[in-house]
Amino acid sequence: MWMLEIPPFLPFFIGALIAAVTRGTVRNIIMVAIPIVSGLHLWMVPEGIHLQFAFLDYQLVPYRADKLSLMFGYVFHIAAFIGIIYSLHVRDTLQQVAAMLYAGSGLGAVFAGDLLTLFVFWELLAFTSVFLIWARRTQRSYAAGMRYLIIQVLSGVILLVGALFYAAENGTLEFGFIGLDGIAGWLIFIAFGIKCAFPIAHNWLTDAYPEATVTGTVFLSAFTTKVAVYALARGYPGTELLVYIGAAMTCFPIFFAVIENDLRRVLAYSLINQVGFMVVGIGIGTALAINGAVSHAFNDVIFKGLLFMTMGAVLHMTGRINGSDLGGLYKTMPKTTVLCIVGAASISAFPLFSGFVSKSMVMSAAVEEGYDWIWLMLLFASAGVFHHAGIKIPYFAFFAHDSGIRASDPPNNMLLAMTIAAVLCIAIGVYPSALYSLLPYDTGYNPYDATHVLAQTQLLFFSALAFVWLNLKGLYPPELRSTNLDFDWIYRRLAPVALQKTFSVIWQADEALRQVFLTRFDLLMAFISRQNKGASSLLSRTYPVGSMVMWVSVILAAYLFLSFITH
Amino acid sequence: MDNEKKYFFDNPNNVKRLMQVFYGICVVLFVLDFVIHRHVMHSWENLWGFYPLYGFVGCVVLVLIATWMRTFLMRSEDYYDNDDQADFDEKSATGDSANKKHNTEIGGHDVDA
Repeated sequence: MWMLEIPPFLPFFIGALIAAVTRGTVRNIIMVAIPIVSGLHLWMVPEGIHLQFAFLDYQLVPYRADKLSLMFGYVFHIAAFIGIIYSLHVRDTLQQVAAMLYAGSGLGAVFAGDLLTLFVFWELLAFTSVFLIWARRTQRSYAAGMRYLIIQVLSGVILLVGALFYAAENGTLEFGFIGLDGIAGWLIFIAFGIKCAFPIAHNWLTDAYPEATVTGTVFLSAFTTKVAVYALARGYPGTELLVYIGAAMTCFPIFFAVIENDLRRVLAYSLINQVGFMVVGIGIGTALAINGAVSHAFNDVIFKGLLFMTMGAVLHMTGRINGSDLGGLYKTMPKTTVLCIVGAASISAFPLFSGFVSKSMVMSAAVEEGYDWIWLMLLFASAGVFHHAGIKIPYFAFFAHDSGIRASDPPNNMLLAMTIAAVLCIAIGVYPSALYSLLPYDTGYNPYDATHVLAQTQLLFFSALAFVWLNLKGLYPPELRSTNLDFDWIYRRLAPVALQKTFSVIWQADEALRQVFLTRFDLLMAFISRQNKGASSLLSRTYPVGSMVMWVSVILAAYLFLSFITH
Repeated sequence: MDNEKKYFFDNPNNVKRLMQVFYGICVVLFVLDFVIHRHVMHSWENLWGFYPLYGFVGCVVLVLIATWMRTFLMRSEDYYDNDDQADFDEKSATGDSANKKHNTEIGGHDVDA
C-alpha cells in the first residue's frame, strides 16, 4: 500500500507551504485538518521500516516505525493539534508556517532510522523553531533567539561529527543502541545532552522559551527536548551516567524556579526538572523505567503545554507575566484558573492526574534497582515541583494579592485548546491502561495501590502545608522584579567582559612595546650617525629621507650616463 | 472600588474555611499512616510519618536555600540589557536597591498580535 510510505513529516511540510499562501478561514481549516488526518494515518501504520534507500555506501532510513517512535509520533500529533487550535487567532503567517515546519521536523526526527536523517531534522528543529522566538519582535527575543540558534546548531554539528565517527567505527549509520564507548558514542551523547538541557547546557531553554511569543512557547515546550529524550532512549538506555545527570536535572532547577519572577521562566525551569525524571528513567534502563520515561514524556508534553497555554493566556490578556505584577485574576479569568489548576495537579503527580501514573513508574524503578539516594532526590524533586509549578504558578497568577487587573478569559480557541489538554490530563490519570497498552514494554504496573496513593498524597499535602506555613511566617521569598544569574552568565557576561578586558590589555601592551622600540630605534640611529660623523659627513648625516633620495638619483643618473657612453 | 463585585476570596471567612478544610485533610492523612496497612518497598518508608515529614522539611529547606541564593544571584531586571555593561563591577550592589529602582516602571514584556 503506497500510503504507508508517506512519512509523517511530509503532511506538515506541505501544510506549511499551504499556510504560507492561504489566509483566514481556509488556512485555519487546513491547519487543523493536517494533524488530524496525519494522526489517523499514523494510527494505522504498523511497525517496521517503511522507506529506505541507498546513499553512497550507506543505507538511509528516513521512515522507521516501532513502539518507541510511534509513542512520540502520537503525542507530537496531539501537541501539534492543540498548539494549532491555541494559535488560530494569530494573524502572523511567519508563526503559522514556522510552527508547521517545526512540528514536522520533530516528527521527522523521531521516525529517522539513521543518524544522517536524524541530523537533518535535528538542525531543521533549530532553524524552524527560532522563528517562533523572533516572532515576538523585541530586542530581547532577537538576542535570545540568536543565542538559542547558536547552541542548537552547535549541538547539530557535534551530532554530525559524531555520526561520521560512528560510520567510520561501525560501517553503518543505523540509529540503534550507541552506548558510551568510543569517540562517536561520546560526541553523539553530548549532542543529545545539549538538546536535552543537561546541567550547564540548560540555559538556552530558560533563556529563549520565555522570550518566545505566547503561542510559540507552547510549540517549543513540546518538541525539542522530547526529541532529545527520544534520542537518548534509543541510543543510551541503561547508561548509568544518565541516572546521575537526570537526578541533578530534577533538583537544581527547582531552586531557581522558587525565586524566578517571570512565570513562563518558572515553567521553563520546571520543564528541565520534568525532563530530569525521564533521563533518570532512561539511565536505569529496566523495562519499567523506560516505560516510565516514555510515558512521562507523553504526559509532560500535554500538561506542560497546558501550563504554558494558561500562562500564555494570562500574558495575552494582561500583557504581563511577572509574578510581581499579577494576582487576583481568578475573579475575571475563572476558566483559565481552573484549567491551570488541572495542569498544576498533573505536573505535581496528584493521584487521578496524568503525572501520577508515569512519575510513579520512574520512582518505583529507582527503588527496585537500589538507587536509594537517587530515589530520595526524586522524592525531594517531586515535592519541589509541586511547590513551584503546582502552587506558586496558580497562586501568584490567579490568587495572592489583588493586582487590580480585570482581564477576561482568553478567546474561545485558546480555551478550547486548554480544555482538550486538561481533559487528556485527567483521562490518562483516571484510565492509565489506555496509555499503558501503547508503551514499548508490558510490565503490568499498577500505580493505584493504597500505599502508593497515600504516600504521594501525604507528600504533596505536607509540601503545601510548608508553603502555607512559610507564607504565614513571612519567610516565603516575595516576587521581585529581578534577573537571577544562572550558568548563562558565563557566556552572556563573563566571557564577553573577559575578552574585552584581555584585548584592551593586549592593545595597551602592544602600544607600549612599539613606543619602547621606536625610542630605542631613534637612539640607535642617532648613535650610528654620531659614530660615522668623522668618516663621511655627507652620507651619514641624520638628515631626512630627502637627502638620501637625492643621492640615489645622482647615482642613477651617473649609471645612465655611463651606460650611454659605453654603447 | 465600592461598587465592585465581591468575589469568593474577598470574604476572609471563606479563606478561613478553606484553610480549616486543608488542615483537616493534613491531619487525616497523617493519621491514615497508622491505620492503613502499607506494603513498603524501602526500609525508610517504615518510619512513621516519613512522607509527610520529608515533604514538609524538604520544602522548607528548598525555600530557605532559594532565598539565600538570592543574596548572590539576584540582579536588576535589565541586567543583561545594558550594552555598556556598566553594572558588571557593581557586584556588591544588593538586589533590594536595584529592585526599588525598577518598581516604578511598568510592564517590560510586550505581547504579540
